[in-house]
Amino acid sequence: MSDKIIQITEMNKWFGDFQVLKNINLEVEKNKKIVVCGPSGSGKSTLIRCINRLEEHQQGSIIVDGNELTEDTKDIEKIRAEVGMVFQQFNLFPHLSILDNCTLAPIWVKKMPKKDAEDLAIQHLEKVQIADQANKYPGQLSGGQQQRCAIARALCMEPKIMLFDEPTSALDPEMIKEVLDAMVNLAKAGMTMIVVTHEMGFAKEVADEVIFMDEGMIVERAETKEFFANPKSDRTKLFLSQIL
Amino acid sequence: MNKLNFLQPDKNNLYTYLYTGVILIALSIFIVFLNSFFNKDIISFLPGSISFFLPIILGFIGLHLIRIDYSGLKFLDSINKNINTNNFNAFLSLLIVFVVIKSLPPLLSWFIIDANIAGDSKDVCTGSGACWTYIKIWFNRFMYGMYPNAEQWRINLSFIALAFLGCIGFFATEKFKKYLTLYYVVVYPIIAFFFIFFFISGGPIFFDFSYGIIAAVISIIIGFFIPSKFKMYYFIIVPITLYILLKYVFFYEELIELGKLEALEWVETGAWGGLSLTFIVSFFCLIFCFPIGLFLSLGRRSDFPIIKYFSIGMIEFWRGVPLITVLFMSSVMFPMFLPEDMFIDKLVRVIIAISLFEAAYVAEVIRGGLQALPRGQYDAAKSLGMGYWKMHILVILPQALKLVIPGIANTFLALVKDTPLIFVVGLLEIVGMLNLAKTNPEWLGFAMEGYVFASVLFFIICYAMSKYSYNLEQKYKTER
Repeated sequence: MSDKIIQITEMNKWFGDFQVLKNINLEVEKNKKIVVCGPSGSGKSTLIRCINRLEEHQQGSIIVDGNELTEDTKDIEKIRAEVGMVFQQFNLFPHLSILDNCTLAPIWVKKMPKKDAEDLAIQHLEKVQIADQANKYPGQLSGGQQQRCAIARALCMEPKIMLFDEPTSALDPEMIKEVLDAMVNLAKAGMTMIVVTHEMGFAKEVADEVIFMDEGMIVERAETKEFFANPKSDRTKLFLSQIL
Repeated sequence: MNKLNFLQPDKNNLYTYLYTGVILIALSIFIVFLNSFFNKDIISFLPGSISFFLPIILGFIGLHLIRIDYSGLKFLDSINKNINTNNFNAFLSLLIVFVVIKSLPPLLSWFIIDANIAGDSKDVCTGSGACWTYIKIWFNRFMYGMYPNAEQWRINLSFIALAFLGCIGFFATEKFKKYLTLYYVVVYPIIAFFFIFFFISGGPIFFDFSYGIIAAVISIIIGFFIPSKFKMYYFIIVPITLYILLKYVFFYEELIELGKLEALEWVETGAWGGLSLTFIVSFFCLIFCFPIGLFLSLGRRSDFPIIKYFSIGMIEFWRGVPLITVLFMSSVMFPMFLPEDMFIDKLVRVIIAISLFEAAYVAEVIRGGLQALPRGQYDAAKSLGMGYWKMHILVILPQALKLVIPGIANTFLALVKDTPLIFVVGLLEIVGMLNLAKTNPEWLGFAMEGYVFASVLFFIICYAMSKYSYNLEQKYKTER
């Protein structure tokens, strides 16, 4: 029980009349890397946005690191500070330099002294290999560099869990690799990760488990090798045959 | 020599075309110039309509002849690119040049040549031009309104002091830069308020507030050295004690009795006026309407129904009524709702009214900027654990406000130009003073000069503001 860092039980979510997530049950253990895949519109992004409550669920419960996600705002900010998120569209803050993007939250949310925050930011920027761009603005960087900066920004909060929402979908093919490399390094360092992606190569390389979603339901969840070698449901087989 | 083709000028006979063209253009301008400045019509021997249109026909042919692509002459190329791209543009360019030449002589003669500025009465204004003597004699009134002449140094001193304190930001060293926002948002308006409402206004109340400010400043300075455990008590007890000491023990009573220190003469706000009042009203309305507008715009997007509908109500109400009625209400209706013995100064009421009125516009402008930000910015800020205020102050507002600088500048310019409307409550800023002066029996008939003068002043103020806003835009531009 104690090493279950995320516990989702019987979770349902509607957008208006449309039910996006149906009866989701999901447990994630510490240090596991989970890849979520599925056709577009299947609710993958909504699922991981629910984990740090960027979307509210209407039924069921989500427990992150022992805290249940409820209406209480204070708790949610605490949980969000522990859950890093990387978006499809990078969402860097364009009015701040790369370094300031990374130090903003540590300084103002975690009350870290500026000097320490900058040291930490440089350290993480070096890990994703853009420390030399620290004083530029996001608009001056390529998509791949921006996404790596977004990863560094999330890491600066020293999160326990990292969520990736299609981090490579908005990138040129050439830049995908540099972002995936950064993510592989992060995975090897032992971070708990939930990754929504279509990069099956990445899934095969780092994921412990793969979840396949369709029409708001978790269709199949299996160990990575098992998932690719002999998928159980027909829907998964169809999906894999189209994507591989 | 290549064959000349006048319908299709080309580069081969560049100079032939160029000289012919330039001579024709020069001739056409010369004809108009003579006609306009010396009233000589050298082509009057031609039949009526031809002599009227001849300059434009000549100039038109000339411009056609010099329209040569890639001539290699820098000046010619730039003319062709900017004012002579095709026949229609050439025609318009010529027309503009002619209109300018035609209108220069009357303007010059009115403004300078036939104008009078010497002397000190209406009688010197004999010429057909402007009577600048009028402006000269009334200058003091246009600047200070009915403020007593002997006390005008107080206005000057306040404005110079405020301008100086306002410029401090440019000289701040790196170490103090981070306090600048605090300074401009909190300290500076308080000092400005003190200067304008208690120094310019004067009277015993001036001393009361001076002591208050001195007590506050001293206690804040000492406050830095007090252990934080006692700060709460300290900041309640010490300023009050200091104030009482200053007022009753050290200074006020004795010094005034001794005749060493006289209270500044009380000048009621009804006597303030002229350009200085324009500045005062604009300045306070600007600094008040911005924060109010900011909160209204955030309130309108709030999730709490009470805040949301209150904001919507405020915005729609103030946008829905004309400023002139708001001002009228503020001075006529508003006092009726106050308790008998309560009195709020007319100028203060006007400033509150205009601030609320403009705040509604500012709110909608800022809301436009907030809408323009992608949702991802909110998501990113939230995902980093920021709460509502941190998210808005650190991430959303810096970007949104940068986007709406032109819109805010627009609103502020409109505000400055709306200030003359305060005449409906009897406050006479520059335009109000003009209207008063033009009805003075000694100085009838100089409305024109007055309005030109006011237009020039307003233009200078507004142009400076618009330039400043443009500089701000450039300064905060980070996207490429």
